[in-house]
Amino acid sequence: MSDNPIECPVCAGSVQIEEGAVLGEVVPCPDCGSELEVLELAPVTIGVAPDVEEDWGE
Amino acid sequence: MMRVSIAGGSGYVGGELARLVLGHPGLELAQVSSERSAGQYLSSAHPNLRGRSDLRFCPIAALEPADALLLALPHGHSSRQIGRFADLAQTVVDLAADFRLDTADSYEHWYGEPHASPDWLERFTYGLPELHRERLAGARYASGVGCNATACTLALLPLARAGVLDEARGIVCDVKVGSSEGGAAWGAGSHHPVRSGVVRTYAPAGHRHTAEVRRNLEIENVHLSVTAIEMVRGASATCHAWLSQELSEKDLWKLYRDAWTNEPFVRIVHEQKGSWRHPEPKILAGSNYADVGWALDLEHGRIVAFGAIDNLMKGAAGSALQSLNLMLGLDEGSGLDFPGLHPV
Repeated sequence: MSDNPIECPVCAGSVQIEEGAVLGEVVPCPDCGSELEVLELAPVTIGVAPDVEEDWGE
Repeated sequence: MMRVSIAGGSGYVGGELARLVLGHPGLELAQVSSERSAGQYLSSAHPNLRGRSDLRFCPIAALEPADALLLALPHGHSSRQIGRFADLAQTVVDLAADFRLDTADSYEHWYGEPHASPDWLERFTYGLPELHRERLAGARYASGVGCNATACTLALLPLARAGVLDEARGIVCDVKVGSSEGGAAWGAGSHHPVRSGVVRTYAPAGHRHTAEVRRNLEIENVHLSVTAIEMVRGASATCHAWLSQELSEKDLWKLYRDAWTNEPFVRIVHEQKGSWRHPEPKILAGSNYADVGWALDLEHGRIVAFGAIDNLMKGAAGSALQSLNLMLGLDEGSGLDFPGLHPV
């Protein structure tokens, strides 16, 4: 787990990132439920994960 | 164990009080009165209590001294006998509307009759711990709360306290309620073919609980419209208002967190995804939780605040037991740990 909670970019709540997290891992915010993506590991940075998009078979 | 009795225990609120006291680790249910059910077992009116108690209802005149007395009588009854009730118990919680308002004039305006014991009004503390926790601790007398008033108050209080509402434009609270708010007595309007499936706006203006919301929020320009829907338990307040200043989602999160993070029975529900993104009374049935949240219309500066409760619990018996715990010096959440059911 990260030493310090990371601030949710949506609601400013505290998000804990487990030790061993990998780039691209998606974690939910415990307060607002937003799906957050690990963007960087050193230091840990998170952003709102993009919604799944339909590719319509292309 | 402290001995607690209930006056007027055959109604829905009385039944919830009995259920809660029977499950409380520090309380013993001593007596439960009911004129119409005197001599009958509690389970005759409250079948969920079958096997939980061998008490029978007694006439109200047969109530004996106890450590605490919970009054679940129809409006107007407790204020006519409050002296006798106070002689029976050191601690009294009255769940009717008799002692919720601050003045006899206000009571007469909203309830249509003179108050029977106006000198007693100032002795009572309004029994919503989220507003009056310090005053309730050690108090002898507390009122109950209006269920619809509680849903609206808890939804709007963070915004009212912060002074961010445009009071001149007013606040309108649209409250959807279940049939149990009508009590255990039946009538033409509650006959199943008539009641089932209704969306019945029975109080579009002038609902009595408006007085409590105005006093609680310290805002006069608040109005309630109440609609009965196909639901047994629950009150869901959707409160429409305008902001007096521009606020972001994070600003609103801070206001609600500042108000409710340390409250044991108020939860913020404001999720981005899923089926449960706003407060929903269905999952609160039987629990003492109040779920609150909001939606922000940034373009127009409009805010919609939500408050959902079980009207019989946080809106009545649950808040009363929470208050009683404080009054008796017990753990505030004792006997109130049921989290509700899902699915239900």
